[in-house]
Amino acid sequence: MVERSPYLTFLAHAVMVIGVIIVAFPLYLAFVASTHTAQEIVQAPMPLLPGSHLWETYRKALLGGGSGPGSTAPVAHMMWVSLVTALVITFGKIAISLLSAFAIVYFRFRFKSFFFWAIFVTLMLPVEVRIGPTYQVVSDLGMLNSYAGLTIPLIASATATFLFRQFFMTVPDELLEAARMDGAGPLRFFWDILLPLSKTSIAALFVIQFIYGWNQYLWPLLATTSEDMYPVVVGIKMMVAGGDAQNEWNVVMATALLAMLPPALVVMLMQKWFVKGLVDTEK
Amino acid sequence: MASITLKDVVKRYGSGRSANPVIHGVSADIKDGEFIVIVGPSGCGKSTLLRMVAGLEEISAGEISIGARVVNELEPAERDIAMVFQNYALYPHMNVFDNMAYGLKIAKLPKDEIRVRVDKAADILELSPFLQRKPRELSGGQRQRVAMGRAIVRQPQVFLFDEPLSNLDAKLRAQTRLEIQKLHRELGITSLFVTHDQVEAMTLAQRMMVMNAGVMEQFGTPEEVYHHPASTFVASFIGSPPMNLLYSAPHGRAGTILGVRPEHLQITPQPTDSGWTVQVEAVEMLGAERLLYTRLDGEQIIVRTEEEQGIVPAVGSTLHITPRPERLHWFDEATGKRL
Repeated sequence: MVERSPYLTFLAHAVMVIGVIIVAFPLYLAFVASTHTAQEIVQAPMPLLPGSHLWETYRKALLGGGSGPGSTAPVAHMMWVSLVTALVITFGKIAISLLSAFAIVYFRFRFKSFFFWAIFVTLMLPVEVRIGPTYQVVSDLGMLNSYAGLTIPLIASATATFLFRQFFMTVPDELLEAARMDGAGPLRFFWDILLPLSKTSIAALFVIQFIYGWNQYLWPLLATTSEDMYPVVVGIKMMVAGGDAQNEWNVVMATALLAMLPPALVVMLMQKWFVKGLVDTEK
Repeated sequence: MASITLKDVVKRYGSGRSANPVIHGVSADIKDGEFIVIVGPSGCGKSTLLRMVAGLEEISAGEISIGARVVNELEPAERDIAMVFQNYALYPHMNVFDNMAYGLKIAKLPKDEIRVRVDKAADILELSPFLQRKPRELSGGQRQRVAMGRAIVRQPQVFLFDEPLSNLDAKLRAQTRLEIQKLHRELGITSLFVTHDQVEAMTLAQRMMVMNAGVMEQFGTPEEVYHHPASTFVASFIGSPPMNLLYSAPHGRAGTILGVRPEHLQITPQPTDSGWTVQVEAVEMLGAERLLYTRLDGEQIIVRTEEEQGIVPAVGSTLHITPRPERLHWFDEATGKRL
């Protein structure tokens, strides 16, 4: 904004402060709830200042052993499952998409455009649409309650393939030709030249896909039945028993905050790369 | 070092009836150590021809040999050649040293040898202070030199240049032209140089290949091409301003075209037997010389005069000009070939 009137400055700040409050207040409430005992939270009015049971609640959440009516499995293990799942999905997606985009852009083969369009069309189908058949396949292969079952169905990614394809098409042909003159074969070209050039795109995709993998809910809910294979997002749901049960809301809130930490960390640490990957045009 | 032989080289895109030929049978013998310039307007197939020698385009018919080997089926890397691209095609994520060394690393040369070769090339090209820089930290001229360095370190049999100077500004272009000449004198490597710029062609070439629409119109030294153009196309493409081509010259025979270069016309005070009387339409002052745009019965004739000649004809005035008889060129009107 170029305008410098104090009134406008005040207004702009007011809008931003209101926005921050709207976004941050529930988080604050969750934090406050996680520092009280289960009894203190359900009393009216609910306390709005942090209590003194912070460590106790988080220990209970991370190591398990709560006394709630729902699942009381240790969250630390769930976080581990989530982390492995998210990382496998992320790296799997990036690796497969890089290779398929490489094939589509740099090789001539039969039905090439058919394959490209087949990939492109699946862009429009979210996981939920094909979840029935996918479940059938995974269960027939005996992959329920395993990391394979949690990750493999989510690895194929049309979005990432498409993104890399677009990026590869902006790489000048002369680079490929220069590499050929230098004696580099296709894989050498991919490894030595294309991959380093895609660094920033890969970083951006890493952020997006890590969060995507971490936040998976519906699929893990179907594909896992045993407590030691719950990702944390599913775990939260399992902690909450229905009806009038006396849920340990403090532990649930602590778990929710814990579940938010890794994606937030990834975004904060990779922010610079992420933005670079989305806006960088330097070849 | 090696000679290059092109034998009826043809390039078609597509196949069967829809085939679209872009090069119609080019044959040429290039001697070991020669500097050959391929020149022509855009779309004439000159780059395609170069890329066929490089192995980046398939050869539809005919044969290309480098040295004693027919290279039709060989990969670019196996042809023992090096190429400088128009936009340099430097690897953006590698520093200058790695850019030059990449081909040698793939060829699995020992590290010391690579270092020696790159250092030597960097020395010749005055790139030594920049070895650790990335291409984006270099100026256009420096990038161009890195591209040349990448070609030099491979010590190839043949250098291929694909319009390497077209991205440089005029001053740098002239300077780099001289450097390329010097380099060729020192290394003596057979070179093919593609350009659309006739000044580059004339100054660099030992022999030049003039291409038009996929056909080699003439292959000869710059002097031959300039003084004995093989066709009206060559006559009008080489030389600036181009040769005057008169379709109905006063002394001409039917079915012929008379060509005479602007600098081979003399202004005479009186009409002469072999001369023409023309109307001056425009005068251009170029510093050392003057261009007179004149008209003779509907045909334009450009006359070039030295500045110190003093006579400045007014626009609209009448002028008597006489061509130097030994500098007249006759072409067949139907084929455009030299008679």
